Amino acid sequence: MFYFCSMPRTISEKLAILADAAKYDASCASSGTTRRDARNGGIGSAGGSGICHAYTPDGRCISLLKILMTNFCIYDCAYCINRVSSGVERARFSPEEVVTLTLEFYRRNYIEGLFLSSGIIRSPDDTMADMVRIARLLREEHGFKGYIHLKTIPEASQELIDEAGRHADRLSVNIELPRDESTRLFAPQKKPETIRAAMAAVRLKRQASRERSHTGKPAPRFAPAGQSTQMIVGADAANDRDILTTASRLYTGYRLKRVYYSAFSPIPDASAVLPLIKPPLAREHRLYQADWLLRFYGFDVEEITSARPSGDLDLEIDPKLAWAIANRAQFPVDVNRAGRGMLLRVPGFGTRTVDRILSARRSGALRYADLLRIGARMNTAKPFVTMPDWSPGALTDTDNLRARYTAAPEQLSLF
Amino acid sequence: MYRVALPQLGFFETWRDSARRLLSHEVAPDQIVWDRGGVADLFASTPLPEAEGPAKVTATKELIRMAKSALCHTGPEAPALLYRALHRHQRDQRALANPADPLTRDLARLQKAVGRDIHKTHAFVRFRELPDEVPDEGAGDPPRRRFGAWFEPDHLILEAATPFFARRFADMDWTIATPQGVARFERGVVSFHPPAPRPDLPDDASEALWGTYFANIFNPARLHLRAMRSEMPLKYWKNLPETRLIPGMLEDAQARVDAMRAAMPTEPPARARRILDRLGQTDAPQPDVPADMDAAKLAAAACRRCNLCEAATQTVWGEGDTSAGLMIVGEQPGDTEDIAGRPFVGPAWQVLSALMAETGIGPVWKTNAVKHFKFQPRGKRRLHQSPDRSEIDHCRWWLDLERRFVKPQMTLALGATAAYALTGNPAPLGARRGKVETGRDGGPVLVTWHPSYLLRAKGPDAMRLRAQLRDDLATSVRMAVLPQ
Repeated sequence: MFYFCSMPRTISEKLAILADAAKYDASCASSGTTRRDARNGGIGSAGGSGICHAYTPDGRCISLLKILMTNFCIYDCAYCINRVSSGVERARFSPEEVVTLTLEFYRRNYIEGLFLSSGIIRSPDDTMADMVRIARLLREEHGFKGYIHLKTIPEASQELIDEAGRHADRLSVNIELPRDESTRLFAPQKKPETIRAAMAAVRLKRQASRERSHTGKPAPRFAPAGQSTQMIVGADAANDRDILTTASRLYTGYRLKRVYYSAFSPIPDASAVLPLIKPPLAREHRLYQADWLLRFYGFDVEEITSARPSGDLDLEIDPKLAWAIANRAQFPVDVNRAGRGMLLRVPGFGTRTVDRILSARRSGALRYADLLRIGARMNTAKPFVTMPDWSPGALTDTDNLRARYTAAPEQLSLF
Repeated sequence: MYRVALPQLGFFETWRDSARRLLSHEVAPDQIVWDRGGVADLFASTPLPEAEGPAKVTATKELIRMAKSALCHTGPEAPALLYRALHRHQRDQRALANPADPLTRDLARLQKAVGRDIHKTHAFVRFRELPDEVPDEGAGDPPRRRFGAWFEPDHLILEAATPFFARRFADMDWTIATPQGVARFERGVVSFHPPAPRPDLPDDASEALWGTYFANIFNPARLHLRAMRSEMPLKYWKNLPETRLIPGMLEDAQARVDAMRAAMPTEPPARARRILDRLGQTDAPQPDVPADMDAAKLAAAACRRCNLCEAATQTVWGEGDTSAGLMIVGEQPGDTEDIAGRPFVGPAWQVLSALMAETGIGPVWKTNAVKHFKFQPRGKRRLHQSPDRSEIDHCRWWLDLERRFVKPQMTLALGATAAYALTGNPAPLGARRGKVETGRDGGPVLVTWHPSYLLRAKGPDAMRLRAQLRDDLATSVRMAVLPQ
C-alpha cells in the first residue's frame, strides 16, 4: 500500500499533508482567554482580542497553526477527506514534531498558538492521550503561554478531557451535521447523543472551574476560552431553519462560544454518496449573519426563518433586512425614543451604532447628520427610522422596498 | 503664535508637557502651531512660557488614553485636535462624551486608524533568527536566541506597539527596525533608537516551512480575494514572506477544484474493510427486550421512540436501589438533569430531598415518566415544556421495564405526567392528590404534587402544598415496607 511504504516523510511533507487535512475546520479564533504573558518566564502571551497573522486567498485568516496530529482514521464519515475509505495520502506527526513546529512558528510571530485536531487512530483514548501529551509538553516543558485549541474526541475518557481542559484555552467537538438522522447516515461511527453529552460535560466542568471551594481557593482553570463547534452546510438536506435551530440549542444548552458554519466544499477523493457541489458560500455568509442576530440582537430562530415557507434564508438580502421588510408594521422607529431592543432591529444599525446612539441621546436629539457621523449605514436604515429632520413617509410601505436593496448588481456578487 | 516641535520618538511626553504649560496660560488652540519631525523654525514664533500659568489643567484618564493613541497618527492635524479637545474639556467636562460630536468623531477616526496599525504590526511583523553572538566573557546567563525584523507601519506606532512584543517574546532578544526608529529588546530591557538603514536579515529555514503551511491550509474551492485584501492590504505584502506564494496558489486553484470534481471515487483501500469490520463488532445487535436494568439503561441511551432525543442532550435513566420497595416517578429531566445525565439533581429535587430528610426515607428507585428533556430555547435559557401524551406513551415502554425490574411495593407519582404514565388516567391532579390509585400494572400508585409546583407557589399556599407533599412522602414510605 502506497501510503504505508512512503513513510517516513520529511517534516515539510508531513506538514503539507496534515495542514491540507485540517483546512476544512473553519475555526481559527484565538480570543477571549485568560490574560497571561512571559514576563515571569516561558514564552508567549494570550488574552484580549485574537490576532490574525495572515490571510489566504480563500479570505480566511491564519491565527493558529491548524494541523492534524495524524490523518489516519478508523472512522468512515462520508464528508471527510480523512475517512478510512479515502485514498488520500497519510502521515503522522510525533508529539515532539508538533511541539517544535508550534514554538518555532510562534517565535517568528507567524501564529498565536496551536489548533490541534486528529483522525482517530487505534482508539479514541489512545488518540486523545497523544493530543493531551502535546499540550502538556508545550505548557509544562516549554512554558508556552500562547493559545491552544484542542479538538476533543467525544468517546474519550473523562480523565483525558479533564487534562485537555487544564492545558487548552478552547475545546471543541464538531457536531458536523445539523440533524441526527444525517449524522447516522453519513458518519455511522459517530453517535449524536455522545457528542452532545461530551459538550454537556465540558459545560459542567467550566461551570465548576469558575466556582471557589469553601476555602476560597479558585478551582483549576478549564478551557477558559470556552467551547465551540462546527456544522457543515449543504452536505445534507437540512434547511436553514434546521441548522439555526440546532445552533440555538447548542448555544443555550452548552454555552458554546461559537458555532461555525462551513460550506461543504469538494474534497480530494470524495465519497460517492455526497454531491461535489460548488460550496454554498453565500448561504454560509447568511447563516453567520443570522447567528449574530441570535446571539447579539435578541432575535429567535422562528423570527429569522419564518419569512420564507422553505425555511431557508433569503440569499440576496441580509436576514435582518429581510425580517424588517416582512415586519414593516413595526417601523419606522423613532431614533430618539426607541429602546435598545428595537434600535437593534433596525437594518443598518449594528450593536456599536446602537450604543453610540444611546450615549449621544444624552446630549440632545439626534439628527440625520449625527447618525452618519456615528457610523450608521443610513442608506439601509433610511426607510425604517424617523428623527426631527427625517421621515421616510411612504418609503417604509412601498411595494418595491426589497428591490431597492437588491437592484445594485454588486450586492449580489458577494464572493 | 507659539510653535511646538514634536520629536519622532517620545512625542507624547513633549506634547503633554507643552499642552499643559500652554493651557495653564489659557492659550487658545488657534495660537499654536504643532510641528511634526522637528522641522526648522520657518516663522517667527513666541517662545513657550517658562513656568506654569495660573489656570489649573485637568484631564481624564480616557482623554490621556485618547491622546496617547491619536498622537501616533501621522496626520498633521492630530496634535492640534487633541489640544482643542483638552481646551474644551477644561470648560465642559462632558464635552467629549457625545459620540455624535464632530471633534469626538475626528479623534475617534484617528484613534481607530492608529489602533488598526498597531494591530497589524502585531500581526504582520515577521522575525528571522540571527546567528549566535559570541557570549560575553564571564557572563553567567545562558545564551539567548536572537531575532530581527523590518517593518513599515503607516503611523508612528513603534513605541505603542513594542510592549506587546516584550511581554510575548520575553525569553529571546530581538530588534524591530522601522523607518520611524528601532526597538531593541535585550535581556528583558526595551530601548528605542533613531532610524537605521533597513537591515539585511539572514535566511531562516522556518520561513520555508511557514510557506508550506500557508500554501496547504488554503482551500482552492472557496476563493475570496476581496476578503483577503481588505484584511491583509497590499501595502504590507512586501514584508510578508508568504505573500510571494499567492500568485502561484491562485493560478492552480481552478485546476485543482476541477480535478477534484472530475476524479471518480476510488476503491477504498483494503485496510478500510478490516478496520470497519473490527469496529462493527463492538456494536453487536441487542436483544429486543433487555434482560436487566443495566442492559435497559444501555438500550435507552440510543432510544429514538419519539423526537425528543434530537434536541435533548442524553437519555436520563433512573437511579437508586433496584430492590427498593418505593419508586418515585417525576415528570421529565430538567435543564440540570439533562446536562448532568442524572435524574433528580435540579432545583425541584432539592425541595424533595429536603422533605425526604424530614420524613426519613429508605431505599428508593428514582426515575422520570419521560426520559428526555423537552424544552424551548429562549434567549440564553432552555424553557421547560411539558411532554405530550404521545411522548409519555412512547416512553412508558422504558418505565414499564424499570417497574418490572424493581417491582416496587409502592409508587409515588409526582405531578400529572407521572400520574398519567402510571395509571393511564389523564384527569386533573387536584381531586386525586393524596389518594392511592391502581397502576396499569396493578401496583398501588400514590398521586401527589410535583415539587416544582411548590417552587412556583407563594405564601400560605406554598406552606399547605409543602405539608401535603411531605405527608404523601411519609405515607408512601410507610406503605412501601408493608406487605400488600
